[in-house]
Amino acid sequence: MSRLLEVKNLTVEFDTYGGIVKAVRGVSFGVDKSKTLAIVGESGCGKSVTVQSIMGLIPMPPGRITGGSALMDGKEILGLPLSEANKVRGKRIGMIFQDPMTSLNPTMTVGNQIAETLRYHDGLSFKEGRKRAISILDQVQIPEAKARVDQYPFQFSGGMRQRVMIAMAIACNPELLIADEPTTALDVTVQSQILTLLNELRKERNMSIILITHDLGVVARMADEVAVMYAGQIVESGTVDQIFYQSAHPYTMGLKEAMPDRDESKTHKLKPIDGSPPDLFHPPVGCGYYARCPNARKVCEKTLPPLFDVETSEMPTSPGSHQSRCFFHHKDAAKLTTLPRDLYTRHTGVNA
Amino acid sequence: MSQASTPVILELKNLKRHFKVGGDKTLKAVDGLSFTLHQNEILGLVGESGCGKSTLGRTIVGLWDKTEGDVIYQGETLPVSYTSKDYKRFSREIQMIFQDPYSSLNPRMTIREIVAEGPMIHKLWKSSEIDVKVGSWLKLVGLAPDHMSRYPHEFSGGQRQRIGIARALALEPKVIVCDEPISALDVSVQAQVINLLGELKNKMGLTLIFIAHDLSMVRYVSDRMIVMYLGKMVEMGPSNEVFFRPQHPYTQSLIASNPMADPQFERDRVRTGMTGEIPSPINLSPGCRFAGRCPKATERCHQEEPKQTSVGKDHVVSCHLF
Ligand SMILES: Nc1ncnc2c1ncn2[C@@H]1O[C@H](COP(=O)(O)OP(=O)(O)OP(=O)(O)O)[C@@H](O)[C@H]1O
Ligand SMILES: Nc1ncnc2c1ncn2[C@@H]1O[C@H](COP(=O)(O)OP(=O)(O)OP(=O)(O)O)[C@@H](O)[C@H]1O
Ligand SMILES: [Mg+2]
Ligand SMILES: [Mg+2]
Repeated sequence: MSRLLEVKNLTVEFDTYGGIVKAVRGVSFGVDKSKTLAIVGESGCGKSVTVQSIMGLIPMPPGRITGGSALMDGKEILGLPLSEANKVRGKRIGMIFQDPMTSLNPTMTVGNQIAETLRYHDGLSFKEGRKRAISILDQVQIPEAKARVDQYPFQFSGGMRQRVMIAMAIACNPELLIADEPTTALDVTVQSQILTLLNELRKERNMSIILITHDLGVVARMADEVAVMYAGQIVESGTVDQIFYQSAHPYTMGLKEAMPDRDESKTHKLKPIDGSPPDLFHPPVGCGYYARCPNARKVCEKTLPPLFDVETSEMPTSPGSHQSRCFFHHKDAAKLTTLPRDLYTRHTGVNA
Repeated sequence: MSQASTPVILELKNLKRHFKVGGDKTLKAVDGLSFTLHQNEILGLVGESGCGKSTLGRTIVGLWDKTEGDVIYQGETLPVSYTSKDYKRFSREIQMIFQDPYSSLNPRMTIREIVAEGPMIHKLWKSSEIDVKVGSWLKLVGLAPDHMSRYPHEFSGGQRQRIGIARALALEPKVIVCDEPISALDVSVQAQVINLLGELKNKMGLTLIFIAHDLSMVRYVSDRMIVMYLGKMVEMGPSNEVFFRPQHPYTQSLIASNPMADPQFERDRVRTGMTGEIPSPINLSPGCRFAGRCPKATERCHQEEPKQTSVGKDHVVSCHLF
């Protein structure tokens, strides 16, 4: 298996009226060719900012990438000059945005918008571009694509508009498709059609996908790998089975417990995670989840846990494949209910 | 849970909302809906994108004029077309949480101004208490009070959604139409908002119409559920009945497309999927609106519109199979 994208230690901040928001705090992950990585996590934890940084779409100012790298096939794509960035964005990486209205131009026909991308990146003539646009609309299952190609976005229903965005994102055969909540606005039947389409494209074209979604059902269906984010950091990563069946980090477990049960006798009251996420103006020095964690220990408040390999008896794992940012996954802490003093000392250099 | 024990707070009688499009064509977004809503009830509303859910909500709160039919609120028939005075009067009672967290917040107003606007218009708060009140509503929806001085563009999608929720709740209305209030939120915040709505329901005697795409969630939170297809109601019943024992072929295919948070289950699932596009609500053919995509459709379904039939206690379906 080969890596397409390797993000290392990405750090992003925003200047705001109230101070500096530390939106992304050292995020690292990789995406393999022809695989799907899902990113899930708390609303506001930095998922969109992370992928927008990769796309070179952070508004600067007020935004600022203060550190890290993103290598695509070994080549740096962060901080490219505009002319270079434009060759990557839309060509090698396609993006479906969380906010559909900002990515479609309301005054331009759908066909012209797709054709323009193709003209820019692939140098197609207007006529060729239009022809390709029709065939792409056909692929994303827009009925009567020939007639629809000359319509404006407002003449499409929500679900069709979403498919137009997907058509634009895949028009230039990108190697990586970034999909930020691609199906949130869709009902389950259209959602299902779109997910099937994305999977087909992934296989046919060897395309990789980064999928951001809150819907754990969609994650279960689509993902090979999952990264769980919290307060600007990745707190757990692993294969989709590891994340669902061997959840390690207390935040991941909290998320799973908050989901509605399928049991008919259970209704109305759900079990959210207590408390609220930390203030990203002054992020905690220790574990970001400390204040809400039912298992929190003293060490967690003062020291940021690194990513530990999770070892479970049921499923042997290779190093780095399943990781959790929690002191309870330190190899010496595996079966302990309390963290011993010497462990605390080793990690902090402070005598407890 | 049956809500028949509480009084009816809102009743829809053959409510229609049509749009004129492209000159002489008519788009029948909501085409004859009738149901009653009991006080303290949570009514779930589901259906395909474009089937008329938001239009129904907007017509109920008076943002759209009614093309035909009535909305009766606590015995009073609401005006066909709202004047600004009507709007002021009824918006205090019936509020809406809007679907789109991006365009429904004024970008030039701070969060404080957005949340306080309604209560100040209705003179519910003194200016000296604004900070405290806004802060406490923000806390209730899981935001920090010090977010107050910031502008909408500084927030993520889910954070904006919660600002919209705080704005609607701050008026302490009797009925809230919640249009996709949780789809942009992570599951923990979803749970928080659901519990909050449930609490307010009990504390303030709130009644809710809950529009969402997540069927498991709608099943979980609502007492009854309505399934819409192209402007019509196709099934209505107790949520558990509709979700676990769906009767209408459309409801059955909806439930079958609902993704489950279980990777093994999803890998093993046989995808039947629904074929065919949802037809345009303009120039509808006679007969059942679902007939073109229905696996069980007969000749009759293409000719004759089905009537509502009872299939169980409080459970009705509009389909010729019954
Ligand atoms: N332009 C901006 N100015 C100031 N702060 C910003 C800006 N854009 C994002 N942020 C902040 O950065 C943080 C991360 O935002 P981001 O949009 O990445 O969240 P997210 O994980 O995508 O959330 P959601 O699931 O709600 O979409 C948030 O706290 C947000 O308030
Ligand atoms: N202002 C308008 N003018 C013309 N047609 C409209 C207008 N508003 C809505 N429609 C049409 O009415 C139908 C119902 O739209 P509505 O927004 O109510 O759907 P919905 O069920 O809320 O869908 P979604 O799940 O995508 O939000 C659609 O065909 C839509 O195109
Ligand atoms: Mg986002
Ligand atoms: Mg809607």
